[in-house]
Amino acid sequence: MDVLIVDDSAAIRKILQRVLAQTNLSLGKVFEAGDGQEALNTLQANRVDLVLSDINMPIMDGLQFLAALKAKSEYASVPVVMITTEGSQAKVMEAVNLGASGYVKKPFTADHIQEKLRAVLPR
Amino acid sequence: MGGPFHELLVDEILKTTMDVCRTMLDCHVEAGTPRWEEGETGSTNGVAAMIGLAGKYSGNGIVVCSPEAACTLAGRLLTTRFENVNEEVLDALGEIANMIVGNIKTNLWSRLGEMGLSTPTIIHGRDFTTHTTGKHPWTVVPFHLEGQIFHVQMILTATPLLPASI
Repeated sequence: MDVLIVDDSAAIRKILQRVLAQTNLSLGKVFEAGDGQEALNTLQANRVDLVLSDINMPIMDGLQFLAALKAKSEYASVPVVMITTEGSQAKVMEAVNLGASGYVKKPFTADHIQEKLRAVLPR
Repeated sequence: MGGPFHELLVDEILKTTMDVCRTMLDCHVEAGTPRWEEGETGSTNGVAAMIGLAGKYSGNGIVVCSPEAACTLAGRLLTTRFENVNEEVLDALGEIANMIVGNIKTNLWSRLGEMGLSTPTIIHGRDFTTHTTGKHPWTVVPFHLEGQIFHVQMILTATPLLPASI
């Protein structure tokens, strides 16, 4: 399974890489992007099976990225989990309406992420 | 005298900072005595990670600490050891500030409405102060972690309404 992590914080990308490595997923390549535009550029040349994305990012935020991603037919069914400090009901609903499969609020534990991945990934 | 939300901000800073430290840094921090500081905070040598808030209410939240405390906080977040402040330490401090201020914003939503959150700005240097225009003071809460001190400080005021013609 190839994964794309989108977050403007290198620290969070590193922590998520570590959490992914602790799961029992059969992990392939893990790509990283610092904002939504960089993520879209990455996906032009690479196909992934799961996306983990922050919301508050410079250049293109996570909700704009999610809308652009879900507009692509090849990514309509790829799970996208938002991992963000934006915990208001309005933001959660906006992400769900745009096609997010899951939502994890920062701060998070490895268990939070793993539990969410079990819920959104096909068995 | 404290700002209009001093007590509320103290409660939120205490709750959220302890939650972020427990969950992401796997540690317990001890809070010191909260205070307020008029207009300009004391001179700092080290790191300040700043997040802006804007909406019907606007302001800033900042995590301020010495270089040693910045290395300790970043080291706890990334489970590694840092001897000096580098890009990784600055980025980690920005993310810690983002989690603290972002969660305070979310917790205050029912009372203060929706506020936008800026991406972090991180300042690293010697002998700098943080200054805000206007009459309201900063709410400042010190925290102790492994012999180091870091401060979480916030200011939040009603945003002046623009004339309808603008």
